[in-house]
Amino acid sequence: MTTTSESMEKQSADPVAREVLKKAQDAGMETAYSRHADQEPRCGFGNLGLCCRICDMGPCRINPFPGEGPRRGVCGATAETIAARHLIRQVAAGVAAHSDHGHDVVKTLRLAAQGKAQGYSIKDPQRLLDLAKEWGVKTEGREIADVAIEMADAALREFNNQEGEIRYPALRAPEATVKNWRERGILPVGVEHEIVETLHRTHEGVDADYVNLIMHGLRTSMGDGWAGAMLATDFGDILFGSPKPVRSQVNLGVLKADEVNIVVHGHEPTLSEMVVAASRDKELLDLAASKGAKGILVGGICCTANEILMRQGAPVVGNFLHQELALATGAVDVMLVDVQCIMPALVEHAEKFHTKVITTSKKARIPGAEHIPFDEAQAYDIARRIVRTAIENFPNRRVVDIPAGKTDLVAGFTVQNTFQHLGGRYRSTFRPLNDGIISGRLRGVAAVIGCNTVKKTQDDSHLKMVKELLANDVLVVMTGCAATACAKAGLLQPEAAEKWAGAGLREICEAVGIPPVLHLGSCVDNSRILVALCEMIKEGGLGDKLSDLPIAGAAPEAMCEKAIAIGFYCVASGAYVNYSPAMRVLGSPVLTRFLTEDIEAIVGGKFNFEDDPIKAAHLMMAHMDKKRAALKLRPLMYAASFLTDGKDAPTAAPETAARAERPDPGPAQPARGCAGKRS
Amino acid sequence: MKGAIVVKVDRCQGCKTCELACAVEHAKSQRLESAIHETPPPASRVSVEQGDGFAVPLQCRQCEDAPCVAVCPTQALHRTDPELPVLIDHDQCVGCHACVLACPFGVIRMDRHARAIIKCDQCYERVERGELPACVEACPVRALEFKSLDQVAREKRGAYLLQIERATDGT
Repeated sequence: MTTTSESMEKQSADPVAREVLKKAQDAGMETAYSRHADQEPRCGFGNLGLCCRICDMGPCRINPFPGEGPRRGVCGATAETIAARHLIRQVAAGVAAHSDHGHDVVKTLRLAAQGKAQGYSIKDPQRLLDLAKEWGVKTEGREIADVAIEMADAALREFNNQEGEIRYPALRAPEATVKNWRERGILPVGVEHEIVETLHRTHEGVDADYVNLIMHGLRTSMGDGWAGAMLATDFGDILFGSPKPVRSQVNLGVLKADEVNIVVHGHEPTLSEMVVAASRDKELLDLAASKGAKGILVGGICCTANEILMRQGAPVVGNFLHQELALATGAVDVMLVDVQCIMPALVEHAEKFHTKVITTSKKARIPGAEHIPFDEAQAYDIARRIVRTAIENFPNRRVVDIPAGKTDLVAGFTVQNTFQHLGGRYRSTFRPLNDGIISGRLRGVAAVIGCNTVKKTQDDSHLKMVKELLANDVLVVMTGCAATACAKAGLLQPEAAEKWAGAGLREICEAVGIPPVLHLGSCVDNSRILVALCEMIKEGGLGDKLSDLPIAGAAPEAMCEKAIAIGFYCVASGAYVNYSPAMRVLGSPVLTRFLTEDIEAIVGGKFNFEDDPIKAAHLMMAHMDKKRAALKLRPLMYAASFLTDGKDAPTAAPETAARAERPDPGPAQPARGCAGKRS
Repeated sequence: MKGAIVVKVDRCQGCKTCELACAVEHAKSQRLESAIHETPPPASRVSVEQGDGFAVPLQCRQCEDAPCVAVCPTQALHRTDPELPVLIDHDQCVGCHACVLACPFGVIRMDRHARAIIKCDQCYERVERGELPACVEACPVRALEFKSLDQVAREKRGAYLLQIERATDGT
C-alpha cells in the first residue's frame, strides 16, 4: 500500500481523514483501504451478480460474454434468475436489519411503560398521543403508560402479522398511491412474513421468474420504509424525545485530549442514550477528575452518532470509514458498539492503541472484544459500568494525536418541526415548500443518503452530487453517513445557502431560516422523508400520487444491504433512485433493464446506476423536470432545465442503462491484442 | 521469449477470474461492465479446465517449433521476433482451421462471433509496457505467474536441491 498524496486523495475527500490516514498507513496500520487493495482483483462473476451460491450443487457461474461458456446453472437458472434471487435476498437482509432495530425500540418503549426499563421514560408523550390518535387508539381518561403499552403491542403485531396489510401505507400515503400498491399486490402482510417468503422463494427450485422475484423484493422492502424503519423513528421519538434543530460539531477533531473519550458506534439509540446520560453523572465526572480528565465526551460514529446528535446534540466523530481512524488518534478510551457497520478489524487496532472495544448486543460479538451484555432492565447501571471502564482506561493512553479539524453543523430536522419552520409557529404547514416548487423557485427535493464505500473516494460523490443539486435549486434532505459527509464539509450550516445554493433555493432558505441541506437523522429516519413526501401531496398542487412529485433519491456511495432495501422501498414509493456502485445485476442486461426502465410503469419509480455523481445529479434533475412538465408547473425562475429536446432525459452510460439489445459498436472487427501485424 | 505463463496447479481454485480478465483485456472498452455489451463479444484466450481433482487454466504454450505456424498456409500465424509470442495476422488468415487441428494442446480456437482464430498473445502489448499479462495480474491466488524459462529452471533446481538435502537428512 503506497501512501503518496495521490493515493490519499483517492481514498478520501475529507482533509482530516487524509491527515490521519497518512499517519496511520505510514505507521503500518492496516485500514479498510489497504484491505480493499489486498482484495483486488474482485471476482467478475460475483461483481456482475452471476455467481449462484444458493444450493450445494453449485457454486454455479454464468459466463457474461455471449456465446462463451455456460448460460445456465446446474438447475437451469439463468443470469436473470440468479441475479434477481440474490438481489432480493440482500433486500430481505436490509429490511431485517432496520426492522430488528425498530422492533427493539418498540420493545424498549413497552418495558419503559411497564417500569421495567431502568433509566428510560416516555420523553415525548404528545408524540405518543398524536400517534395513538392516528392509529385510532383511545387516549381519553387513560394513563400515558397504558396507551404506550397498547400502542407497543399494536406496533409489535406489525412485524409478525399473518393477514391483512401493514398499517402505515393506508394511514399516511396518498389514496392513489395506496390504490396502485394494492392493485400491484406490493403491500406487505407483515414485516417478517415477507422476509420469510423471500427466503423461501429464493431457495433452490422455487421462484425463477425475475419479474416475480423483484416484485416480491419491492413488497419486502415496503416492510422496512413503511413499517420497521417508520416504527423505529416514531417510537424512538416517543421514547427518547422528538429532535429539534440543534447545533453541534463533526469530525475527528471533536475528540478531546484532556477528557475521557467514549465513541459509540453502530445503530441503535437505546444504549447510547443511557451512556450520554451516564456521562453527565456527577459521581462519574468526579471519578474522571480524579484520573486527571477534565470531563467525559461521548461522540458517535455511523447512525448511533445521528441518533444522539439529533436528540442530544452530541458531537459526531465521523462516518463509516472514520471508525478505524478514530482509534488511530490514540485518544479513544472506549469504543462501544452495538449492531451494523462495525468492522471486526477494530479489535486488532485496539490492541495497538489503548482502546477498549466493548460489544453489547447478543446479536453482534467480535472475538477479542470485551462483551458487556445490554439489558434494558439494568440499562443505566450497565451504561455507568461502561463509562467507568472508559475512565479507568484514560490513564493508559499512549501517544495521542488528535487532528484539529472539526466543522459546525445544524441537525435535528423532522417532519413535525419542519412544519413549524416552514409555516411559523402559529401556521404549521408545508405550503411554502409546495409554493416554492410550484412557482419555480425550487426545482424539487432530493434525498441523498447512504454509506461510504472504499470503492469510491470517501465523501467525494456525496459532496459533488449535493453541491450540484444545490446550485441548481434543489432542496436536499439527508440521513446517515451521507449527512455526516456533508456536515464535515460545512454544508449543514445555514451559511451554506449563500455559498452553494442557486438563487431560488437561497431565497427560500433565507425566508424560512433553514440550511439548504436538512439533516433528518439516522438511516431508519429515511421514513421521515416518506412522510414528508406524503405531506407535500396533502398540501396540494403537486399531483395526487407520490410518483407525481418532482423528487429523486440517491445513494452515491452505497455499500450495504440496508442501502439496497432503502433503494427498493423508495422505488416502490415512486421515486427515481440513483444507486452507486451498481447493485450486482449488471451481468443480466434483461434484469438491469427491468430495474432501470420497465419497473417505472409498475410503481412510478425506477433505478439508475450512474457512478459519476455530477452526471447522476443531472439525471435526477432531468427526472424532476420531467415531473414538473407533467404537472404543468411554471418554468424554473432561475435555474436551467435539464430536459433535452425530444428526449426525456440524458442517457446514462451504456453499461448502466444496460439495454437488453446491445448497443451497436460499429462494424465487426477482430478483437484487439492478438492480431500482431507481420512486419 | 520474454517469459512464459506458468501455472501452479496446486494453487488454482478454478474461479475463472483469469478467463474474465483475458476477455476484458481483448475488449475494446477494457472494462468488464461495458465489455459484456460489445459486438462481437470479447472472448477469452485462456480456459480453466477441470482435471481429475484439480483445475488448471490452459493457454497457448508458445511452442518454439510451433505446429500451428508450420501448418498455416497463409503464414498468418507467425513469430518474426524470438522475443515475441506466436501471433496472428487476421488480414492474412483465411480461417481454414488447420492450426486448430494441429495444436497439440487444443488452445487455439475459432471465435464464432468474431469469425476469427484466437489464441493467447501473452498480452505482448502489456508486457512491452512493463506490465504482467492480464490473466497473471488478475489471479487472486497467484496460481499464474509470468517469468523467464531461466527463472523457472532455477527454481526447479532449488526445489530439487531441497529434496536431496531432505533425503540425506533423513527428514
